[in-house]
Amino acid sequence: MNSPVKNHSGVSLQVRGLRKSFGGQEVLKGIDFEVKPGEIFVIMGPSGSGKSVLLKHLIGLEPPDAGEILINGETIESPEIADKYRLAMVFQSGALLNSLTVGENVGLYLTEHRLKPPEEIARIVAEKLEDVGLKDAKDKMPGDLSGGMKKRAAIARALVIEPQLILYDEPTSELDPLSAVVIGEEILDLNTRIHVTTLVVSHDRDLAFGIADRIAVINDGSILKIGTPDEVKRFDDPLVRKFLNADFKRETTS
Amino acid sequence: MFENIGEMVLLFWRTLLALPLVWRQRQKVFDQFFEIGNASLLMVCVLSFFIGAVLALQTGPLLVEHSMASVVGGVVGVAVAKEMAPVMMAILIAGRIGSAMAAEIGSMRVYQEIDALRTMNINPVHYLVLPRVVAIAIALPLLVVFSVLVGWFGGAVVAEANNHIAIPIQAFFSDLHDIVKLKDVANGVFKSFCFALIIGIVSCHQGLVTIGGPRGIGRSVTKAVVNSIVLIVISDYLLTRILLK
Repeated sequence: MNSPVKNHSGVSLQVRGLRKSFGGQEVLKGIDFEVKPGEIFVIMGPSGSGKSVLLKHLIGLEPPDAGEILINGETIESPEIADKYRLAMVFQSGALLNSLTVGENVGLYLTEHRLKPPEEIARIVAEKLEDVGLKDAKDKMPGDLSGGMKKRAAIARALVIEPQLILYDEPTSELDPLSAVVIGEEILDLNTRIHVTTLVVSHDRDLAFGIADRIAVINDGSILKIGTPDEVKRFDDPLVRKFLNADFKRETTS
Repeated sequence: MFENIGEMVLLFWRTLLALPLVWRQRQKVFDQFFEIGNASLLMVCVLSFFIGAVLALQTGPLLVEHSMASVVGGVVGVAVAKEMAPVMMAILIAGRIGSAMAAEIGSMRVYQEIDALRTMNINPVHYLVLPRVVAIAIALPLLVVFSVLVGWFGGAVVAEANNHIAIPIQAFFSDLHDIVKLKDVANGVFKSFCFALIIGIVSCHQGLVTIGGPRGIGRSVTKAVVNSIVLIVISDYLLTRILLK
């Protein structure tokens, strides 16, 4: 295990021909894309389109049936990849360990890998919690936090790793619009500060168009379009248009 | 149950390989050990007393009637040490601690906490399974020693108090001392060590393979307890057979 060093260069990510089926049903139907180092890449699509499954493949939690995922040209399935590159994921639920305090959660990576002395870990934890606006939550249990606070604590936990690639799974789901904006700003701010390669999976159109360098629109396990936010907005595909323009329509009677 | 035996053996092997890391996880081992003792000691005490008591009550009058009063202490002593204490304590701990292990690890699995550990390059076997298996493998044999002593005491009390037996406590323990060998107690303690490994591995395995929501966790808890008890009873026969030689 490498110790986290102050090397803040993001890594590149390539996905080639990724396929996955569960129980005979194909969930990913040949996904291809590339994320450049330091880029914010948003994968957007409706619920059930295969976004979260794709994310699990990208961090190595699921093995693909076919295709490959490369980090700086090296396959994610290589046993050395976790030691060589610092990868982090912010889960949709936060996935904080409920038996530990927020501070212990944030410092878990450093504590378990014995990368720093306890005093230094305490200092880093305080610093990262302050970065995400949670400096008073160190001794609280995850169950005492709101949804937004849990997500910010999960971001702080990911930051401790000083990641070169950070993956976010639906970072603004279940959040009120104000908290969603705060999370979006955190993602942008992090990318500016440490140039981490950022991949966000979301169905939140405002977030996607607000933070992305490039967007991939995914539907039914296939990528329909990859481009800058402007290119995606102009893309003339009925499915993409339907997803981007979906809104409530209430008919009024006079 | 039996279709998962291969996975459980693999988990046991991985836990064995992780043993050199146990000193690093000592705080977690201690926490689990304290949890097991704290949750079970009173129940062990009550259960063991009455196991000894009922054994004396069942065998005492019959043996006295056949002029074998001098073996009551020995019969109760051997039965408690070699069979009743290890098996009953293992069943109690499977229900009390195995279920808690399966529920805790199962909920961590369902709520993606184990995925989060893996993304931080923290091995769930080292972090979750090793401390639990080591703690239960130390705690259960100790609980069985305690249970044997309380069980003998329970038998002695009933042997004296019951009019159909009426053997004084001192005579009961003197007979017990003549018949029960240290090897008999060691035999029961060794069995309980094996039962502890079964409970730890079966319960942690069930937790790790939990799928679905709260219903999945409930299913895992039930399977952890039932499978542990079935394997305890089967292995009890096999171990007894081996240790008889």
